[in-house]
Amino acid sequence: MTTPRVAIVAGLRTPFAKQGTAYKDMSALDLGKTVVAELLERTGVAAREVERVVYGQVLPSIAAPNIAREIVLGTGMSRDIDAYSVSRACATSYQSAVSITEAILAGSISTGIAGGADSSSDVPVTISKKLTESLMKAQKAKSFGDRLLAFKGLSPKDFVPIPPAIKEFSTGLSMGESAEKMAKENGISREGQDRIAHESHEKASKAWADGKFAGEVMHVYCGPRFGASIAEDNLIRKDSDLASYAKLKPAFDRKHGTVTAGNSSPLTDGASAMLLMREDKAKSLGLEVLGYVKSYAFTALDPRGQLLMGPSYATPLALDRAGLTLADMDLIDMHEAFAAQVLSNTQAFESDAWANEHLGRSQKIGEIDWSKFNVNGGSIAIGHPFAATGARQITQTLRELKRRGGKFGLCTACAAGGLGAAMIVEAAQ
Amino acid sequence: MSTLSLKVREDGIAVLTMDVPGESTNTLKAKFAEEFDAVFDDIDRSSKIRALVLASGKKDSFIVGADIHMLEAAKTRDEAEQLSRSGQKALDRLSKLRVPVVAAIHGPCLGGGLEVALACTARIASDDSKTKLGLPEVQLGLLPGAGGTQRLPKLVGVQAALDMMLTGKQVRAKKAKSLGLVADVVPAPILFDAAIALAKKLADSNGKPAKKANALDAKALQEAALTKTSLGRKFLFDQARKQLLAKTHGNYPAPEKILDVVRIGLEKGMDAGLDAEAKAFGELVVSRESAALRSIFFATTALKKESGTDGDEKARPVEQVGMLGAGLMGAGIAYVTAANAKTPVRLKDRDDAGVLKGLAYVEDILRGRMKRKQLDRFEHDRILANITATTEEAAFPRADVVIEAVFEDIALKHRVLKSVEAHGKPDVIFASNTSSLPISQIAAASAHPETVIGMHYFSPVHKMPLLEIITTEHTAPWVTATCVELGKKQGKTVIVVRDGVGFYTTRILAPFMNESAYLLAEGLTIQEIDEALVNFGFPVGPITLMDEVGIDVGDKVGHVLNAAFGDRMKPPPGTEKLIADKRFGRKNKRGFYLYDDKKGSKKKQIDGTVYGVLGLSPGTKTMPATQIAERCTLAMVNEAALCLQESILRSPRDGDIGAIFGLGFPPFRGGPFRYVDTVTPREVVRKLEALEKTHGARFTPAPILVEMARNGTKFY
Repeated sequence: MTTPRVAIVAGLRTPFAKQGTAYKDMSALDLGKTVVAELLERTGVAAREVERVVYGQVLPSIAAPNIAREIVLGTGMSRDIDAYSVSRACATSYQSAVSITEAILAGSISTGIAGGADSSSDVPVTISKKLTESLMKAQKAKSFGDRLLAFKGLSPKDFVPIPPAIKEFSTGLSMGESAEKMAKENGISREGQDRIAHESHEKASKAWADGKFAGEVMHVYCGPRFGASIAEDNLIRKDSDLASYAKLKPAFDRKHGTVTAGNSSPLTDGASAMLLMREDKAKSLGLEVLGYVKSYAFTALDPRGQLLMGPSYATPLALDRAGLTLADMDLIDMHEAFAAQVLSNTQAFESDAWANEHLGRSQKIGEIDWSKFNVNGGSIAIGHPFAATGARQITQTLRELKRRGGKFGLCTACAAGGLGAAMIVEAAQ
Repeated sequence: MSTLSLKVREDGIAVLTMDVPGESTNTLKAKFAEEFDAVFDDIDRSSKIRALVLASGKKDSFIVGADIHMLEAAKTRDEAEQLSRSGQKALDRLSKLRVPVVAAIHGPCLGGGLEVALACTARIASDDSKTKLGLPEVQLGLLPGAGGTQRLPKLVGVQAALDMMLTGKQVRAKKAKSLGLVADVVPAPILFDAAIALAKKLADSNGKPAKKANALDAKALQEAALTKTSLGRKFLFDQARKQLLAKTHGNYPAPEKILDVVRIGLEKGMDAGLDAEAKAFGELVVSRESAALRSIFFATTALKKESGTDGDEKARPVEQVGMLGAGLMGAGIAYVTAANAKTPVRLKDRDDAGVLKGLAYVEDILRGRMKRKQLDRFEHDRILANITATTEEAAFPRADVVIEAVFEDIALKHRVLKSVEAHGKPDVIFASNTSSLPISQIAAASAHPETVIGMHYFSPVHKMPLLEIITTEHTAPWVTATCVELGKKQGKTVIVVRDGVGFYTTRILAPFMNESAYLLAEGLTIQEIDEALVNFGFPVGPITLMDEVGIDVGDKVGHVLNAAFGDRMKPPPGTEKLIADKRFGRKNKRGFYLYDDKKGSKKKQIDGTVYGVLGLSPGTKTMPATQIAERCTLAMVNEAALCLQESILRSPRDGDIGAIFGLGFPPFRGGPFRYVDTVTPREVVRKLEALEKTHGARFTPAPILVEMARNGTKFY
């Protein structure tokens, strides 16, 4: 018995929008429902063909903890479709895609939807531990006096709401601080970082102008009152000027830092989704597919080290599993959390010493061909709704491979906790 | 097989189950009286029975009412009165049984069904959304004839009872409980057990329901002041009558009788009330108003079962509807498709701004329903998620039916039709929501005209009940059946008419509107004309309607009809002056009436300057209101007869339903064809000929009417 291939039939995303703009009144669930419904509509695959939805969000929802299931119930899909939610920080939609892939490979299902959504505009704000305790005590109190007593000893600061932090739980360092640390340890220059950011904006801007994104980005009519619509990413600088990046103040180390708001990915709202199917089923339905999942790998490193080096660990593993080398890749799409993280990783890719020290390999992962690297821009320009980025990269890469007649593409991302994800995709011929 | 079965339980609680054999719901028929009597005898004789629970053997339905066909058999007032009296007698017995009785209500409990429940000692209802209680008799021009007018006020108070009986509204279980109509509301699975428990409790307390302490709240005091004193009663009933007449203009006798009968019961006691109820019931059953309203009920019931084709063509499944155009009509159609038909909609408009407007319109309707607690947030979101939107040209690769509601321009219609056919399924149905362009003219651009059809909705789509489907000689029967089925699922009453200029509704509306303009030109006032037609029973007068439809739209359609039908449809003089003065009606707030944004101004004011624009001096002529109404109505009726003669209509019934539900023809008159029957064809022809003499050929009677007048035949 030969292993079946898993086809990525189609992928779609919403425009990515700056926090608090177009999607300010929409939750991650609203965005997820919107993109999944439109994906099904565009592929023409009947919703009843879908057997499972695996979906993710990074910023948790108190109201609807299982976003995948709520997407099934909240769209026109059959209510008996199985669904569960995953979270793997910035690699969340790599995980949802792999969860569907593995289920197909295991023979459990033949069709599934994967993706992720995040709304930085709709974050759960929590209350202090002390206030929580008091409220619980008050709830159990029998008399008014007891109820009053429950709040005794609270100070004003206990009433201050706590927003979710984007920092490592184990180290206490924020993502930006981690990037700053990596820039210093790896000798990444401010100029290099600014250039990566500038190019990301330039390339993304050109991709929109050339109409490359129109087929993978839907128009969103923004609920709940439909007062506005959005058709394009609104974070991309159409007239990016390299000189202007240099003017920005470092964001995480005011004095000696190089990481700025300009060379980092911004807080973003958005959603993405992909339809995956066993190859023979896609063929029998007469579907024209985007491509196939060739291999994938997830890795983890000690967060106390360089937190965002995941791509350099996951990529060689995924390449080995595909029986390919970096040179075989016609495109590389690396998630741009920070330009410092991108350059730290590409530097590691090209270093025999790094490979030797960290991977126990005698040879480097490979030379980067910059003409194949993030050709249509990356997360710094397009934006980074945490859970949506992976599916954005995979879809964007496969469509570009198709356009340029390439065969293989590498998509890779770092994630909080020191995680790394990589996927080798193969374009449909 | 019997309808009633009585089972006595070990604990002395008997269960009486009603289950009319061979039918899906329980309806009350006169012939059940004997069976009821026998069961009541058994109960009264049995020493074992302590209490009784009355339940339905039907799934999800209690008793939906009395069998209306029974009324058609009653030929005289006395016969009808007897029906009422025998119903009263049976329920009187039920109310005086030796043991307490609990009605266990799940599903609709309406009309006679609720009267049965009212005659029980207590009622308990399931909290299911299917459970609805009401006395809808008034909607058929009747009143509750089995004691309902007497028992309901006693239970829920006069004001609440009048509200229910005068509107015929149905209340859900929760509301029924707050009204005091039911003692308790419980989840359906435990309804039966809860009813048994309540029956036991009543048995233990000697059949007396636990009396609520007479709370001295404001509501109770108000009710007492209004019903227990003669002055209060006078005020209450005078007010109720005043409000009623403002709505009915005296055209509907049933609600007035309800007021009379309730008042008699209140002042002279139950027996006098029941006597008055029976007499009034007898009179109403044989009234022409009730006959007309019942005929509408039968017609809509029959239409629900028809496919709109001559054979028994099957509708094909519709998995997605494409909606082309997100304007008011398009968005309205998208709404009824997603919310009522529960079918996914792909909504397309030229640009994002157009799409947004459409989606916001749908959301607004849903938000309103959410506020009225008709749906929850989740349903609101789910219905919205059933509509996806796009601006892409190839918008409908998956749609089974594409409905277009783009601008009324034949070149544009041809362009979108070709695009839909080029990018759509090979057998995609193209339905046009045009109100005036002939469908065959639109179909001329089609590669497969057999799948082209007209679906003419009325604005606002989510409120107007009619859908007029227009078929051409090429339209395939399966296409018609599919669209009829879709329309029904959207919640519409569907009539199928043959293609022709103006189809049916637009075509008969034009001479009606024209006539009002002629009357205006003759020197009558706008007010006189509109009031005359409103008093005749139309929801709004023709000149108000012109403002609503749009004077420019009316003018455009008028010329199309004029070109097709010649002088008979000649647009009246003056319209061009209104257009030149940029008077398009409500949409640009310039028309016959004034439209200032200030809310709270109760009645619309006439814009006096319009007379000057038309070069008229109003009030130079007067005419009795009945004569005004008759002239407009006869113009419409005559055109309707021509539509039947030319086979635009498939039956007079369709014509009546189309005019009532699409154009607001007075329901109590039963529609244009029933109106002719009531006035008699001979009299109608005589009046038309007289008008023809004065006003010319536009009143030439339709040959079909002349023939009927000669032969003494009728439409029904």
